[in-house]
Amino acid sequence: MNEQLEQLRAELNYDKTNKCVQCGYCLPACPTYLTMGKETHSPRGRINLVKMAGEGKIKDLSVLEEPLDLCLGCRACETVCPTGVEYGAILESARASITRRKAYSVPQKALRSLLFKKVFPSRKAMKLLGDAMWVYEKTGVQKLARKSGLMKKLPAHLGEFEAIVPPAVSPRERASLPRVTKAKGQRKYTVAFFVGCVMDAMFRKINQLSVQLLAEVGCDVIVIENQICCGALHAHAGEMDESKQLAKRNIEAFAAVDADFIVNNAGGCGAMLVEYDHLLADDAQWAERARAFAAKTRDISQVLALCGGIAGKEGPTERVTYQRSCHMTNVQKVTAEPVQLLAGLPNVELVEMAEANMCCGSAGIYNLVQYDASMEILDLKMQHVIDTGAVTIVTTNPGCLLQMKLGIEREHLGERVRAVHLVEYLAQRAGILDGNPSAQPKA
Amino acid sequence: MTEAQIAAIRAIVKTGRVLTEEYDRFSYAFDASFGTYLPDVVIQTKDVAELAELVKLANREKIPVYPRGQATSLSGGPLPVHGGMVIDLSVMDDLLEIDEEDLVAIVSPGVLTAAIHKAAEEKGLMYPPDPSSSHVSTIGGNLAENSGGPRGLKYGVTKDYVIGLEVITPQGEIIRTGGRTVKNVTGYDLTKLIVGSEGTLGIITKAILRLIPKPPASETVMAIFDDLVDAGRAISRILTSGILPSKMELMDQASMVAVENYQPSGLPKDAEALILIELDGHPMAVRDEAEQVSRVCREIGAREVRVPQTAKEKEDMWKARKLVSPAIVRVKPTKISEDATVPRSKIPEMCRRLQAIKEKYGIHLVVFGHVGDGNLHPNIIADKSDREEMQRVEKAVAEIFEAAVELGGTLSGEHGIGLMKAPFMEMELGAAGLDMMKRIKQAWDPHNIMNPGKIFPEPGQKLVLSE
Repeated sequence: MNEQLEQLRAELNYDKTNKCVQCGYCLPACPTYLTMGKETHSPRGRINLVKMAGEGKIKDLSVLEEPLDLCLGCRACETVCPTGVEYGAILESARASITRRKAYSVPQKALRSLLFKKVFPSRKAMKLLGDAMWVYEKTGVQKLARKSGLMKKLPAHLGEFEAIVPPAVSPRERASLPRVTKAKGQRKYTVAFFVGCVMDAMFRKINQLSVQLLAEVGCDVIVIENQICCGALHAHAGEMDESKQLAKRNIEAFAAVDADFIVNNAGGCGAMLVEYDHLLADDAQWAERARAFAAKTRDISQVLALCGGIAGKEGPTERVTYQRSCHMTNVQKVTAEPVQLLAGLPNVELVEMAEANMCCGSAGIYNLVQYDASMEILDLKMQHVIDTGAVTIVTTNPGCLLQMKLGIEREHLGERVRAVHLVEYLAQRAGILDGNPSAQPKA
Repeated sequence: MTEAQIAAIRAIVKTGRVLTEEYDRFSYAFDASFGTYLPDVVIQTKDVAELAELVKLANREKIPVYPRGQATSLSGGPLPVHGGMVIDLSVMDDLLEIDEEDLVAIVSPGVLTAAIHKAAEEKGLMYPPDPSSSHVSTIGGNLAENSGGPRGLKYGVTKDYVIGLEVITPQGEIIRTGGRTVKNVTGYDLTKLIVGSEGTLGIITKAILRLIPKPPASETVMAIFDDLVDAGRAISRILTSGILPSKMELMDQASMVAVENYQPSGLPKDAEALILIELDGHPMAVRDEAEQVSRVCREIGAREVRVPQTAKEKEDMWKARKLVSPAIVRVKPTKISEDATVPRSKIPEMCRRLQAIKEKYGIHLVVFGHVGDGNLHPNIIADKSDREEMQRVEKAVAEIFEAAVELGGTLSGEHGIGLMKAPFMEMELGAAGLDMMKRIKQAWDPHNIMNPGKIFPEPGQKLVLSE
């Protein structure tokens, strides 16, 4: 075997592809196989393509690009795989390998660099984005833009997404996440809260409510300043080096506080954080610290459930369905706690939708870059949602939340169905948040 | 294939897809067995008339045609070994009709077998064949390979439930065989000939399947033995005592150890064998039979007999059996799953031979399977990248087949011959027996376009597992 091929094999994680016995058990679990109906868009098919490249049978790596780009990365295939193939690792390394060899056009390169190196990792940039959105809304530009039909002319269907972005929070309010929030009553745990980048810019309200709920169940909550984006979007786009840098900065930042758990409220971020140990496994200096960090990482639902759950007030009877985040289900393997928390609320009728574990098609920025593929998956999902008769869709990840809102718009269900984050829902049922989602939460 | 031929295909396929991109061709170049064989073109269409036209074109131009379901085959059934067209029939999944009065299901080939199970059960009926891959394998694939599964012991295999077919012949004609009646003696039984012919005689485009009433209850018994031979004796004694279990599964010590190391399930690591028995029928009858089975096992010398008391306990017992496959690949990545089958009375002897083969070649061999009907699954766990090991494995596999045939058994109980076992056909059938089969193939398909390279060995063909 020549040196070049050997190096490519190492890059592609070729050894891991050999674990696949091609049994096909992943086929029914894969959303893109179901919607696109081709082996090329199945987990088994994608693994095979990477393997063929590793064996030199496919010479031009760009052949892999489209099939891999169309993968949502939901990793449902890992959950059903009888032989434990590490699909996520194969996908990530193959994407990194393609990215490394790819000649991006100058504007593409500039945009990637801006997004991955300047925007997501910068709290300042994300803050600016949040502020800009608030200004955009409050100054009437939004109304004007919507009225003028300008939104329909935006590229990449951005107009549709604009309509579902949550109401912005004022800069004054946004600055108000306290560094330390004391537990109500007896302290059970001390937790460090991971704010996330998109979560903090677009869903600051959910972050505020998360801190309140954690305090409510008996946690001292610490929010440290120098934390940073988790790096998930980078890893999924093949920017592994950038991703590792971010991981190290987070590990360093959180090492400064002595917390029982590092808590996040976004399924996708959480999945990245619990895999920091995989990400840095080959880095002798960081492997051990990454393991410790990953071991402390929890989704907020786990900690709330561990502390006994949220005591809801007797509200109106409501039918609710829970849209599972793929990364919570398939990577973090957190499935019981959100259900337990919802089922523990009085007058909440939880109805599971068909194919509950199937991805909604949001998948990071997949719904932006693979709009048509994403919408086909969303339409399937929304049918299952409608069949439940639920008026509230509860999610646990910002991407899923936005996608569900988009689904509600597409199906013209806005009058009677809403989508909320689990944290918002719990806060509302506990009387911490009243009916108006933009209302100021009680201190 | 030529550009003109591809253009001719595109002209025929008006409702589906014609795939020629490199990534698509590679995606249809494999199944769950070994090897990569690139087709020239992959076709997806739901239209039977279009398919018939395609076959006519293939017959005229002598282009190989490879029908394919979801390619879960373990014997190489759908591999396009000579290039040509792959016809992806998994897209033909629209027809699934249950007729309660005639007790039949009418299905198109792309329907998943599990979907048939579900639809039948919703009406209180049962489609008995249940290959382990039923939630992912298509009925068309099951029909082509005559699939089995653990319930074969009591209910038989796929062919026992097929009463009618619609088939595209290698000449591109659409024919019907059999019908909707259980009794049908009109002429040669082409239905039974086509089922299990592994796609070499035509493309199945519709099937009429026989259904039976769903048994109302089931009971499970697990018996643990210190001696594998005792387990074999218990199996024979149960089967001659007037009880016919619906399933009877065996796990050897290596399987139990693998499961316990993978996901502890309460199996004894020091016992030599375990048998898991399922009885189905009337609730009172199965309870009584479970007691009888337990008694027989104890009399023969079972170390322990467990009868699950709750649905959860029962589910856990069967889960332990299902964990064998995933558990054993933790040891090494490559799994060669065989299905050599012997008469029931020869199971203990076959187990002894397998142990001898394991030692002789120094291979990692695990035995489990549907022991009630003699359908053992000797699985060899190896590493494909280790060429020297794979050569030892090839020799061991050949010896496993020899042992099965010598004991009056067969090369394949349920996976089919395909590409993998073609070199051993003469050993089981004899030269004249194999020649009769070849003559049938020649009469049906003189240009040898339907799934060529399968069942019948090509000159000098040998078992190859290393690439």
